[in-house]
Amino acid sequence: MSNKWVIALYVLPALILILFLIYIPIVLTGYYGLMDWDGIGKKTFIGLENYIELMKDKMFWSSTYHSILLAVFSAFSLLIYLIISLILASKIKGAGLLRKIYLIPMLLSSVAIAQLWLKIFDPTNGMLNKLLEMFGVENTPIWLADPNLVLYSIFIPIVWQYAGFYIIIYYAALKGVSDEIMEAAKIDGASPFQIAYKIKLPLILPVIKVTIVLAIVGSLKYFDLIYVMTGGGPNGASEVIASYMYKEAFKTYDFGYGSAIGFALLVLCLVMTWIIQKLTASKENVQY
Amino acid sequence: MTEIGLQENKKSNLVISPKRKGGISGKLGYTLLYFVLGVIAIFQIYPLVWLFFFSLKTNQEVFGLSPFALPKDPQWINYVKVWTQGNISLYFFNSVWITIVAVILTVILASFVTFAITRMYWKLSKLVLGLFMVGIMIPLHSTLIPLFSFFNELKLIDNPISIILSYTAFNLPLTIMILLGFYQALPREMEEAAVMDGCSIHRIFFQITLPMTTPVMATVVIINMIYNWNEFVFVNTFISSDKWKTLTVGVNNFVGQYLTDWGAIGATLMISIIPILIAFIILSNRIVEGLAAGSVKG
Repeated sequence: MSNKWVIALYVLPALILILFLIYIPIVLTGYYGLMDWDGIGKKTFIGLENYIELMKDKMFWSSTYHSILLAVFSAFSLLIYLIISLILASKIKGAGLLRKIYLIPMLLSSVAIAQLWLKIFDPTNGMLNKLLEMFGVENTPIWLADPNLVLYSIFIPIVWQYAGFYIIIYYAALKGVSDEIMEAAKIDGASPFQIAYKIKLPLILPVIKVTIVLAIVGSLKYFDLIYVMTGGGPNGASEVIASYMYKEAFKTYDFGYGSAIGFALLVLCLVMTWIIQKLTASKENVQY
Repeated sequence: MTEIGLQENKKSNLVISPKRKGGISGKLGYTLLYFVLGVIAIFQIYPLVWLFFFSLKTNQEVFGLSPFALPKDPQWINYVKVWTQGNISLYFFNSVWITIVAVILTVILASFVTFAITRMYWKLSKLVLGLFMVGIMIPLHSTLIPLFSFFNELKLIDNPISIILSYTAFNLPLTIMILLGFYQALPREMEEAAVMDGCSIHRIFFQITLPMTTPVMATVVIINMIYNWNEFVFVNTFISSDKWKTLTVGVNNFVGQYLTDWGAIGATLMISIIPILIAFIILSNRIVEGLAAGSVKG
């Protein structure tokens, strides 16, 4: 057997899978967006009609706005996770156990998390409102049923789910910073804040960049939790791009329009990744 | 003697230095830090404790008493009820075997690719690796409609093959990324010696390389297990009959039917997360390492 065949044997099965199930579909999504198609019948080519309609669609823009809002929240919450990790990594006893406890929600399915938080947010019998009543709050909020509150309410379980994930990433990166540098800084009389700000953060900057991309792109394609908790409601107040796409395709059976939304989501994710990388690109990598 | 004494002196100075500054305010600061960290830990864990409690309560207890009350008379019957009535046990076994098949397929295919990329020299290896790495950034929702019509044409809708293949394809990029770091750091002497001895490439892979990668394989197996066990969108889209549904979708439908029976809902949710919690207790170090490695290397 020649070398070429061996390589093909090792690489092709996986390569064919990702080509057929990831790369060809993303191209097809853009193409199906040019069709009038109910998913079962014949496709009719209608040019850019779906995309033009999409640009005029208020629902699409409000779901995009919600997705971007979630992305911005997520990006800012990274700062809190970073501070917690800095504390954990600074010789706190029990840091190993604590970060494992923080991680537990991340391991649960979004469906289980959504169902659990549906119960926590339950206006009459949920844990949250009962807790508020114990503190004497009257007129407790109705959380998920309140259009003004629903998106913020959903963000709580999102933080609950992902906090541990980002904390272990930052923690691992901070532990990778060599002790010698920090000892040297301490001898030179640097305060813990100076050490954190001037030494640790620049050294883990590449990791911070990765987490910004993960948090923003991850939020843009957020779906499971919202689909289960609110289905985009009440009245579209928590609709995001992915849930809107799903509704158009698999509830309304407008596969053409759904594909156009899916393609918009793809473009948005790729553009955001590119922008973040441009914005955070440093001229030189910090090395010690 | 004096030299050693001096060195020791220096060391102890270093250890003392943070305390010297601290004093009472330092102690207070530390207490405050631990308090904050503890509150976060409670925020992360208490919802699950609450879930466990209400899975063992009657509706009267849930509605009437404080959310911190222990179940008076634990209703284990809730668990028996949801396991025997309805399809939860069926969904559970579907989740188990579909997860196992997809994990094995993913880890073997990913090991093949990583081996070919790190141990063989060929022109397109950079391009192929790039394709796998970019795959991580692709939102799976953008592929959903074409995948649905693709599987529909192959008559694979409502067939577990469609979800197993999708799980495998979408987990390959991350799995390869984690394996890659390990393979690159792995010393090649054993493999080189085997080549000298005229060993075939397949024997090298299966008998030398693969056994050496067991630690990282354990990591990717557990990470893949968690992702597959929790997956929702593919099953929800591709599977319509109860026969093939997995726990996530099954639980979601089931809970919808039991709107008012909190005990049954709690028990169902507990059943769906217990395997993950057990895996976590046994393998938490691997999980932490895998999740951290997966993103840090990127």
